[in-house]
Amino acid sequence: MSEKKLAIIATKGTLDWAYPPFILSSTAAALGYEVMIFFTFYGLQLLKKDLNLKVSPLGNPGMPMPMGMDKWFPVLGTAIPGMESMMTMMMKNTMKKKGVASIEDLRELCIEAEVKLVACQMTVDLFDMDHSDFLDGLDFVGAASFFEFAGDADITLYI
Amino acid sequence: MSDFDQELDARGLNCPLPILRAKKAINGLESGQVLRIIATDPGSVKDFEAFAKQTGNELMDSSESGGEFTFLMKKG
Repeated sequence: MSEKKLAIIATKGTLDWAYPPFILSSTAAALGYEVMIFFTFYGLQLLKKDLNLKVSPLGNPGMPMPMGMDKWFPVLGTAIPGMESMMTMMMKNTMKKKGVASIEDLRELCIEAEVKLVACQMTVDLFDMDHSDFLDGLDFVGAASFFEFAGDADITLYI
Repeated sequence: MSDFDQELDARGLNCPLPILRAKKAINGLESGQVLRIIATDPGSVKDFEAFAKQTGNELMDSSESGGEFTFLMKKG
């Protein structure tokens, strides 16, 4: 069986958006794909040594809220200070209860499965980030490196 | 129920963990050996079919009883 290739660009740094790249990559690796994820802009948050990802109900009308809160909570209420932390905590608890893996675990599974995690150097410069805040052993690269891999990928996703 | 060489308890785990754990377990088997997987994720029924098709392992049996799904996967 010749090895298929999956290339993903991960651009978002919230808890909910952290799932698709890591779920798809770990699964693809288990199916025998060679996988690369190129993390850029807010996606770089997913490569920090200390993950502090949050989910926000603000501007996210599709997000189910616990206890039917979405039925009676005014849209502006989602901007109340503390709402983000509360929703993040509730989301993490729900995920744990439902047997959904944590992002830390999924990321570790990706690393074990030799998914290539590469970081956008331009973003690091742009936001004055420090290489030492990120996982050890990452490659910091540019767009050309993405295309070197994605150029003959079977599937390419922008997330 | 057919014989199996190793068992994987994937109960309570959600996508994609049952597949990932199964893959890991199969890696430790010899070709022709059988892994029995027990899961509670209803999505795993179609997913193990898809996994078998794409990895060259054989899904010998798939059954459901009392909300638990049991799969027999023979390493290819």
